[in-house]
Amino acid sequence: MSDTIEVDGKQFAVDEEGYLSNLNDWVPGVAGVMAAQDNLELTEEHWDIINFLREYYEEYQIAPAVRVLTKAVGKKLGKEKGNSKYLYSLFPYGPAKQACRFAGLPKPTGCV
Amino acid sequence: MSEIVKKFMYLNRKAPYGTIYAWEALEVVLIGAAFDQDVSVMFLDDGVYQLTKGQDTKGIGMKNFSPTFRTLGDYEVKKVYVDRASLEARGLTQEDLVAIAWEDMETEEEVDNIVEVIDSARVSALMNESDVVFSF
Repeated sequence: MSDTIEVDGKQFAVDEEGYLSNLNDWVPGVAGVMAAQDNLELTEEHWDIINFLREYYEEYQIAPAVRVLTKAVGKKLGKEKGNSKYLYSLFPYGPAKQACRFAGLPKPTGCV
Repeated sequence: MSEIVKKFMYLNRKAPYGTIYAWEALEVVLIGAAFDQDVSVMFLDDGVYQLTKGQDTKGIGMKNFSPTFRTLGDYEVKKVYVDRASLEARGLTQEDLVAIAWEDMETEEEVDNIVEVIDSARVSALMNESDVVFSF
């Protein structure tokens, strides 16, 4: 993993695990470039989760652990989406870890 | 997951800023929540300031993590206690503290606020009942 990623001709610093160094840098294009690195194409369903995570961070100042994400998604977006099977189908590298990275958030608190 | 469930108590005695204890304690609680133990969080002495509403950290250049306490319910922490004597000694009441909601997704059981202000005898009793006490 390089220490910067290029989005729309601009360089963005990332840490050794690929998370954005400065969360205020985030633009939607960041998610697209990171997804391409993971060979994923972002759909509207992915964006629902990414936007949800950014709102969660805005409100609570942390990136939620996966089981907290699952519970909160169920509450907000409906029970059929609040389960790990659905979330893993969207984000195969772990819904919290991978989606938080796309969303420009730090690695989730309580990720073990 | 381990079948043995222990009673963990996290004691918070320090003001939220000025030292790293309060933030570190909160992170330990959130990380520990993944292990399905019986967790309670207790605030006493200057620790009661951690739960106060309307914190503004702009002047000291620190992250305001007080909104994060409201996620404790999402992390399945259902027991948050505040020592009444510590609150009163600082001229505070429950009105000055944030509310933390908890909801069970399966049963749809809801509690609007799990923050409970308790007297010193109850504080001692709860500490005695705990298998493990982490003091921050």
